[in-house]
Amino acid sequence: MSVQQGTAHRPWVDRILSINGWIIFGFLYLPILILVIYSFSDSKVVGIWGGFTWKWYGRMLTNPEMMGALANSAKVAIVSTVVSTVLGTMAALALDRYRKWLGKGAFDVIMYLPVIIPEVTMGAMLLIWFTQVLPINLSIWTIILGHIAFSASFVAIIVRARLANLDDSLEEAAMDLYANRWTTFRRITLPLIIPGVLGGALLALTLSLDDVIITEFVQGPGASLLPVYVFGLIKRQVTPEINAVSTLMLGISMVLVFVSLAFQARANASGSNKEE
Amino acid sequence: MAAAVSIRGVTKRFGTDVTAVSNVTLDIVDGEFFSLLGPSGCGKTTMLRMIAGLEFPTEGSIQIFGEELALRPPNKRPVNTVFQSYALFPHMNVEKNVSFGLEMRKVDKAEIGERVAEAIEAVHLKGMEKRKPSQLSGGQQQRVALARALVNRPKVLLLDEPLGALDLKLRQAMQMELKDIQSEVGITFIYVTHDQEEALTMSNRIGVMNFGNLLQVGTPEEIYERPVNRFVADFIGETNFIKGTVTDDGAIRLTNGSVVHVRTDAPSGADVTITLRPEKLRIHALDADDINPARNQLPSTVTRRLYYGESIYYEVAISDGTLLDVRHENIPSLRRWDVGDEVIISFHRDAGEALLS
Repeated sequence: MSVQQGTAHRPWVDRILSINGWIIFGFLYLPILILVIYSFSDSKVVGIWGGFTWKWYGRMLTNPEMMGALANSAKVAIVSTVVSTVLGTMAALALDRYRKWLGKGAFDVIMYLPVIIPEVTMGAMLLIWFTQVLPINLSIWTIILGHIAFSASFVAIIVRARLANLDDSLEEAAMDLYANRWTTFRRITLPLIIPGVLGGALLALTLSLDDVIITEFVQGPGASLLPVYVFGLIKRQVTPEINAVSTLMLGISMVLVFVSLAFQARANASGSNKEE
Repeated sequence: MAAAVSIRGVTKRFGTDVTAVSNVTLDIVDGEFFSLLGPSGCGKTTMLRMIAGLEFPTEGSIQIFGEELALRPPNKRPVNTVFQSYALFPHMNVEKNVSFGLEMRKVDKAEIGERVAEAIEAVHLKGMEKRKPSQLSGGQQQRVALARALVNRPKVLLLDEPLGALDLKLRQAMQMELKDIQSEVGITFIYVTHDQEEALTMSNRIGVMNFGNLLQVGTPEEIYERPVNRFVADFIGETNFIKGTVTDDGAIRLTNGSVVHVRTDAPSGADVTITLRPEKLRIHALDADDINPARNQLPSTVTRRLYYGESIYYEVAISDGTLLDVRHENIPSLRRWDVGDEVIISFHRDAGEALLS
């Protein structure tokens, strides 16, 4: 924490640092800002301002293919989030709450794999698994399974961090006060880890809504998701409609991230029971 | 008097090589304040957790009022625990914390309200019912933990170093209060602590543990005055050790040749260690002629003096170089000695105990 006491204060260092900060900020967010602005531009050519309009949003909403992709995205995101939240939470509990079981160490390591291996690898893996090994037809359900495969790991990691901060004696106290294991989980453990569970769920939702690569591998005919559909459109032609739909996705992602951050912050605020 | 808790040959092993508690047999009397005392890692907390049902013994039997429950889960035992970290549920307010046990036992709603209010009042937390644990001070959290356990009217209350996290003044106040509450409710308290002073002042009886073994069980006075071995003598209070050998007539010959008389059960010829508390020693001038004949005398030299306010500590060396601590009360009738003074130290025949070493 201590700012170097010995060195004299040099104002130009501060200035350079702040300029650097703004350059990075601009590099990251200027393209997004421009995209958002041109989604309201009444001109067919992207990059030329033609006055304000809502028409690209209107066209987006009346495009049946795009709306179908959006509906698929919503369906995949909701189902995969619910399933991966339950599975991830259970995995985190198993790893944190039970002293030793066969294969625990291996499971602990393997759980991080979906987070670190390249998405292309995972997509190819899943594709081979579904089409060659099982084999089943690719459909919206294979997309859902693919999304669960990586989301569950993220949920488990987040919930586990929350569990690690939880004092074991709270559960012991509940059992000492005549609660059985299930009641202890329902009344004590779950309420205390729920911020982590919800944070994990929101992350899973965001990841699912944004995913292109894995979806590209495991999607079936006619069951495309919105990001993949947009990616397909852009290969043919860049239209302001893409700006509009991108802005929409950006908005949804941002809302989810903010809600997720809010949960995490609340989790940190109420999770300080350990240090007293 | 009936045994509230009867522990028979209880052993707890973790894995194959860690023995936390080793063959402990102990009866705790109904209504007594019993302390398990020992350094950290001695097995006292494991012993308590086995009574609570949070650990199961590897061997042995634990009975509470005649009922065998060594392997019964914690939620089916007539005991409650006050945890070291308090373990208050952070998402529930004081009232909800206290009522938890009664709710779990499906006690009638009206009765819950009555008993919870009563318990909260008993620990002086009236008006704090709606507060969350994080809005309470350490001492208040401690009281909630106590109320949460006592409201269930357990047959035995288990306390795991409940005052460890409090500062000195508050700890002393809570010691008194705990003692008062115990005599009021008349429930058997089993109290785990590493603080020997706390154990001495609060307990009816103390069990001293080390390395998983129960070394001695007795009243505070028995433990302090008649320790059974060097560890107990050293762990409880402060003490001096002097090495010697038992003579044929039951006296002790020290390594410098002096002969002293103290209590001993050791046979003649045995090597012993005499334990002598600093406050039982007195310093006299070399030419003192008023020393009680029942007191042993050893010539020595003052090597250090420490001023403690209420008392003055001297370190003296007897002729073989053994250093002894002597505590004099800070009162005008006791002369002050200086470093380098040649003196005589004396102690009563009943003041020390020669232990087999």
